[in-house]
Amino acid sequence: MPKSKRRRLTLRNREVLAGFLFILPWLVGVTVFFLFNIVQAVIYSFNTVDFNLGGIGFTLTPQGFSNLRFALLEHGSFNRELVTSLTDMLVNVPLIIFFSLFIAVCLNRKFMGRGVVRAIFFLPVIMATSAIDGSLDAVMRMMMGGASSIPPEIAGQQAGFHPGAIAFMLVDFGVPVIFIGYILDALARLYEIIRATGVQILIFLAALQAIPTSMYEVAQIEGATAYETFWKITFPLVSPLILTNVIYTIVDTFAESSVVETAFNTAFIHQNFGLSAAMSLISSVIACLALLLVGWLISKKVFYQVGD
Amino acid sequence: MIQNNTIQKWLKRSKGFLLNICMAFILIGVCYVILSPIFGIISNSVKDLQDVFNPLIFLIPQNFTLDNLRYAWQHMDYVSTLAATMGFSIGMAAIHVLITSMVGYGFARFKFPGSNLLFGLMIITIVVPVQTYMVPLFMQFRFFGIFGLEANLIDSYLSIALLTITGVGLRSGLYIYIFRQFFKGLPKEIEEAAFIDGASTFRTYATVMVPNAMSAIITVFLFAFVWHYNDTFYTSLLVTNNRLMAVMLTTVGTQFSIMESVRDHSAIQLVVFAGIVLAIIPILTIYMFLQRHFVEGMERSGIVG
Repeated sequence: MPKSKRRRLTLRNREVLAGFLFILPWLVGVTVFFLFNIVQAVIYSFNTVDFNLGGIGFTLTPQGFSNLRFALLEHGSFNRELVTSLTDMLVNVPLIIFFSLFIAVCLNRKFMGRGVVRAIFFLPVIMATSAIDGSLDAVMRMMMGGASSIPPEIAGQQAGFHPGAIAFMLVDFGVPVIFIGYILDALARLYEIIRATGVQILIFLAALQAIPTSMYEVAQIEGATAYETFWKITFPLVSPLILTNVIYTIVDTFAESSVVETAFNTAFIHQNFGLSAAMSLISSVIACLALLLVGWLISKKVFYQVGD
Repeated sequence: MIQNNTIQKWLKRSKGFLLNICMAFILIGVCYVILSPIFGIISNSVKDLQDVFNPLIFLIPQNFTLDNLRYAWQHMDYVSTLAATMGFSIGMAAIHVLITSMVGYGFARFKFPGSNLLFGLMIITIVVPVQTYMVPLFMQFRFFGIFGLEANLIDSYLSIALLTITGVGLRSGLYIYIFRQFFKGLPKEIEEAAFIDGASTFRTYATVMVPNAMSAIITVFLFAFVWHYNDTFYTSLLVTNNRLMAVMLTTVGTQFSIMESVRDHSAIQLVVFAGIVLAIIPILTIYMFLQRHFVEGMERSGIVG
């Protein structure tokens, strides 16, 4: 009797054991491949990494802050790319969020061919954009002899798009000059922005469809206009998803930024692993700070439905 | 009074009509921006070289040719490349489904010490991009040591498989999150019934929960498949000598230029466009037939939570 009592676990303990068993593969992966490597990345960035002769293992030579200093102050293009990526992020993220929310509101209405339009909007998520850009880039490089550039229909500057004409038009409309640069910039990035919005539109759409129709009925009976309904009902209820989308967008833009590419090339073309780790570290820390700042700012404004 | 009413009604209707027109205008415009490069690429892939410099030709080529596609097919080694890429992507997607559904179930249903903390860590793995620790990851697989055995796992698909099996592969965190949200949404009663009937926890998961999670499984499988098919980061980091579709596409221009001794860049470009068409055809076909699962799966999978 005591023997069987010892062997049989309580229901609670069994649940704990089962839970651990279910997540065991991930637990191994996250410690061995994720946490360990993040610590290693920090260590690498304070060292030079050299392969041993004979091809077995590698040695670390402590370098102090020289890698970080070199990346920030002496490297030819890294600091410039860092600033460009950050400003790009600053411009693109709000545009992507507003655009995707707007499109999601449009797509949420019932109209003919809605399924087709939705399928088209999701197409950029499915397409091998990086591979396509890479191959086109390779051709252009052959043509231009080293200067890499993306052909016009991919980069968004379509034929017949005249920034000057639009600028004059905006001035004639009386748009403040400060905004004109931003608007033109947004137009030039149109393709880039549209291509980056697939997932965000879907997330907003799902949020819009989760809003109970009874709320809109009440608003209609009370005589609210469409404008009021949007700002008093729709916007507060999708606002938690704005945070999700901002985080998704920042992570996505970071992963595709030129800083990451530079770090990749530094490691695997120039074989300077320590410097590459330092670059990754700097850009990741900055991206994380941006995430924390944005998350903190937005979560203060977000409206959370009570009892969710 | 009556007249006033009709005017108001008319006003309202015309306002709605105007709004619809504006919306249609915007949506069609955006669709054009998305579709026009694709149409442009397809049109270029069947265009003869003499059409390239003819400014009168827009989209529909005058001299239709399949030569570009044939060259691209040949120099991308299309059949074996496609087979390898398909095998790799399907295999990885299957492992993803197997592992992340288990982990997601563990997070959804079991309370154990530190479960909230670990779930937080899981969210962090979604947010921190792999680019942050790519150098140590490369070194780890270059000198992969286990039980005193050293092995070079770079250039073998085992490295990516290992990451996938342990749930930290390409967007694994997202899949775990999708499964966790999905399992959380299923009623607890069906598990309790299985427990009363004497099923073990794992058996409950395998025979009761998994069949119920079919829609989440399809979503995760499709996304994992497509993202592995399109991925260039993991493959170029860990399998440097891979001959998968994305790499073959990047080199098809050079390959064609060298093998056929063609120096005309326009001709090379046409072949590259044809290569792009060949590379996206499988994905586009799958998307056309299973479009519903992609779009609705993402919506219903409860990312919104």
